[in-house]
Amino acid sequence: MSAESAESAESLAPGPAAALPATAAAAAPIVPVVRVRNLSVGFGPEPGASPVVEGISFDVAPGECLALVGESGSGKSVTARSLLGLAGDTAWLRADELTLGASGVLEISEAAWRCRRGRDVGLVLQDALVSLDPLRPVGREIADSLRLHTRLGAAARHARVLELLARVGLPDGENQARKRSGELSGGQRQRALIAAAIALDPPFLIADEPTTALDVTVQAQILDLLADLKRRGTGILLISHDLAVVGRIADRIAVLSEGRIVEQGPTAAVLAAPEDPVTRRMLAAVPVDKPRGLRLTAQLAPALTAQLALRDAEPARAVDAEAGAHPAAPAAAREVVLEATGLVKRFTRPDGSVQAAVDDVSFRLERGTTLGIVGESGSGKTTLARLVLALARPDAGEVRVLGEPFSVAGERAGAEKARRLLRPQLGAVYQDALSSFDPRLTVGDVLRDAVGGRTGGTTVGTTVDTTVDTTVDTTVDTTVDTTGAGRSRGRDGLRSRGGSVDRSDAAGRRIRELLDAVGLPASLLTRRPLSLSGGQRQRVGIARALASEPQILICDEPVSSLDVTVQAQVLDLLDDLQRDLGLSVLFISHDLGVIQHVSDRVAVMRDGRIVESGAAGQVFGAPQHPYTRALLGAVPRLG
Amino acid sequence: MPDAAAQARSTLRALRRSVPGLILVRLVGAGFVLWMVATLTFFAVRLIPGDPAEAILGGPGSQTSPAALAAVRAEYGLDLPVFTQYLAQLGRLVTGDLGRSYALNQDVAPLLAGQLGGTLLLAVLALAVAWLLALVLATWSTRGGRFAWFLGSGLEIVSAALPHFWLATALIVLFSVWLGWLPPVSTAGPAGLVLPVLTLAVPLAGFLGQIMRESLLAALESPFVLSARARGEGERGIRWVHALRHAALPAISLSGWAFGSLISGAVVVETIFARPGLGRTLLNAVTVRDVPVVVGTVLVVALGYILMTLLTDLAQRLADPRLRTR
Repeated sequence: MSAESAESAESLAPGPAAALPATAAAAAPIVPVVRVRNLSVGFGPEPGASPVVEGISFDVAPGECLALVGESGSGKSVTARSLLGLAGDTAWLRADELTLGASGVLEISEAAWRCRRGRDVGLVLQDALVSLDPLRPVGREIADSLRLHTRLGAAARHARVLELLARVGLPDGENQARKRSGELSGGQRQRALIAAAIALDPPFLIADEPTTALDVTVQAQILDLLADLKRRGTGILLISHDLAVVGRIADRIAVLSEGRIVEQGPTAAVLAAPEDPVTRRMLAAVPVDKPRGLRLTAQLAPALTAQLALRDAEPARAVDAEAGAHPAAPAAAREVVLEATGLVKRFTRPDGSVQAAVDDVSFRLERGTTLGIVGESGSGKTTLARLVLALARPDAGEVRVLGEPFSVAGERAGAEKARRLLRPQLGAVYQDALSSFDPRLTVGDVLRDAVGGRTGGTTVGTTVDTTVDTTVDTTVDTTVDTTGAGRSRGRDGLRSRGGSVDRSDAAGRRIRELLDAVGLPASLLTRRPLSLSGGQRQRVGIARALASEPQILICDEPVSSLDVTVQAQVLDLLDDLQRDLGLSVLFISHDLGVIQHVSDRVAVMRDGRIVESGAAGQVFGAPQHPYTRALLGAVPRLG
Repeated sequence: MPDAAAQARSTLRALRRSVPGLILVRLVGAGFVLWMVATLTFFAVRLIPGDPAEAILGGPGSQTSPAALAAVRAEYGLDLPVFTQYLAQLGRLVTGDLGRSYALNQDVAPLLAGQLGGTLLLAVLALAVAWLLALVLATWSTRGGRFAWFLGSGLEIVSAALPHFWLATALIVLFSVWLGWLPPVSTAGPAGLVLPVLTLAVPLAGFLGQIMRESLLAALESPFVLSARARGEGERGIRWVHALRHAALPAISLSGWAFGSLISGAVVVETIFARPGLGRTLLNAVTVRDVPVVVGTVLVVALGYILMTLLTDLAQRLADPRLRTR
């Protein structure tokens, strides 16, 4: 396979050269900024065993951007680090050729590597908040390469730092250089990080998910900045999981799957006519411009298909999806299940001034529909979610659930007790599923906890005595039920830690139902959240939210920390669940593509206020507010 | 009402952000702490069995006439109700008068002033040595591969678990009795300081080293270190320019507490090495029930602890610029 892929890379090599201006091509044969032939990398004591990256080959020409695209775990970041000699102490590396600029870097010493890093190749990482030293001013971080590789004096370095800051679009460099990464906004930080990477004008820049943590408008600016570098002749290796993002600036795309390059070619060709199933799956997963109800995971991985076979067997639903029609599309006025009126939440800033994180927000969620709330970071989305869940007290306004007052400004201290009866109607799914689990509990414990804590519903089995199992009808007094459930929880927790789940137990049955519903195998019950993949964790999070049989699901950025393909699976799952269970969903996200795909109605939030709201088609088709238009303009699209 | 509380909280928060404000808040707090300390010690000392008047006249067991005891009681106000004595003592303390020692028949303030220097020198040196040892251990054990890691973490755990009295004895046996390098009791010269300082520093170094290694490892794994490596920074630069500063932060915040533990360790160490200082003075005073000296010593130590915490806070601001702006 390695010979074959090397050959295909050879045949592609003339591509970028031809794309360059004729003058450059005529002067001399183009020397690629990086040349990789048959590179394999792995971890462990035995070189050659269990490679993470296997026999990949590619070139990047000056002024060219090659996008290395793959799902998480496909070997993208390991490849990037290997090109810098930073794969780690435990890594082994083999290649026929690994050349930066004119000279090879295979088998060179660590000292030699140090001379090359920063000078011949620069690295831009994801999320500059932690990629820049939080204790040092960014000016110093930027000057580091100059200090290490040049003989420039302090004044000359400072002048160069100011020049670099201006070049990456940070005016007022004198002030910015003195700030630390925590004092800059996400976009400013990423610019500073790019400035640090290009301080010595390296001919080759590796950008590893450079825009993943950023808002869509900032993402567009950073991509423009990279495109500008490319125009000035820098060769860029852009690493991403999102084909829509790389489509904006990449000249060629290489798709990485399980450590191998499965497809490589010009961007337009790969996006328009993907040849490999992996590429097709990644393309299908991009939610933007896909109508509501259209499945994003048309091509499922075999393992997943088997898991989901049961749910997908229903032919009627497939027909629905084909037609692109959603049964939940609003026909007439529906019952309002969740209503917020004039919600206000103020916070005192450290300097004593008061800021309204949520400022007079009202919305109504109708039964069986999805209301998407979209906004950039700092717009107050998450505070709104906390207000709706009554996890924070509103300073004004009220939240009504199923017509009943749920959270009201200025309520008395005992209000939580009354609210607890309504709480099972609200399920919550959070962005970071992992941190919402107790790391010591197994998946079975997490779900058992959620099922056992249920105070409503029909078939909760609760153990009253530790020796005799008795199924109690939960229509009896709530307090009795809670104590019983608590006791059974303790006992069952012990039992499932022992490794076996009591199959006669009604709670156990319910847990398996929940796992089925989210497409997870029962074998995961004894695993701990830490050992699950991101997608599996979020499925467990959804199963937990569904445990109390809620009518309303509050999703706060449920897919934001997931890869595009995993995101597609989770979005499809939520869509299926909504149809099967008749859920009403409040879906909060910064990602317009996701919101467009999942929502019946949309509200756009900015600075704590809703600036525009309406039916999804209307907001996305004919946006009225200039902010909405700006957001939409910045969304990366395919082709 | 809750508004007023919130207002007070935010005012307090605003005050703490500026350095003079922080010092002001701390001083007000210090006054309260000192009052509590004085009260607690005053009553705690009363729980020691025996008659203070006897202690004044030469300690328990001495042949004293009832008339002499009564005279002493009247002179020191010991015949007054306890609460009156307490108020009188507080009144004296507020004016800076620490009273007069029962047993030594001299004023407490100059007595303590004479002893303070030795103990402070011991504590400060021990803290410095502990930091140095911890730093060396943490850097070396994160660098030298698996063996160094195991050895380093093992050393830290063992030394953190060593009791002062055992370590002191072991050091004396090793360096004074067997090797004969250093004096077994504290002498005036620097040689006499080595063993006491080591006794206090080694267990503390174990604690600090564990914390430093943990945060050093976390810093070395962080993306900003990867960024720095990608710029061509060498291993030494990574440590000195980036990682060590992060590693030092939690150790700095622990140093206030560590200083307090050093003072209490000084009681043991000064006794074993027969070294003059606050610790030994305190031990002697407790033995003979010398209330003014006990209260005075505890107050001085508490004040030192408060000042050290304040210094730690200021040092943290210096090391972590994020605290200044937040």
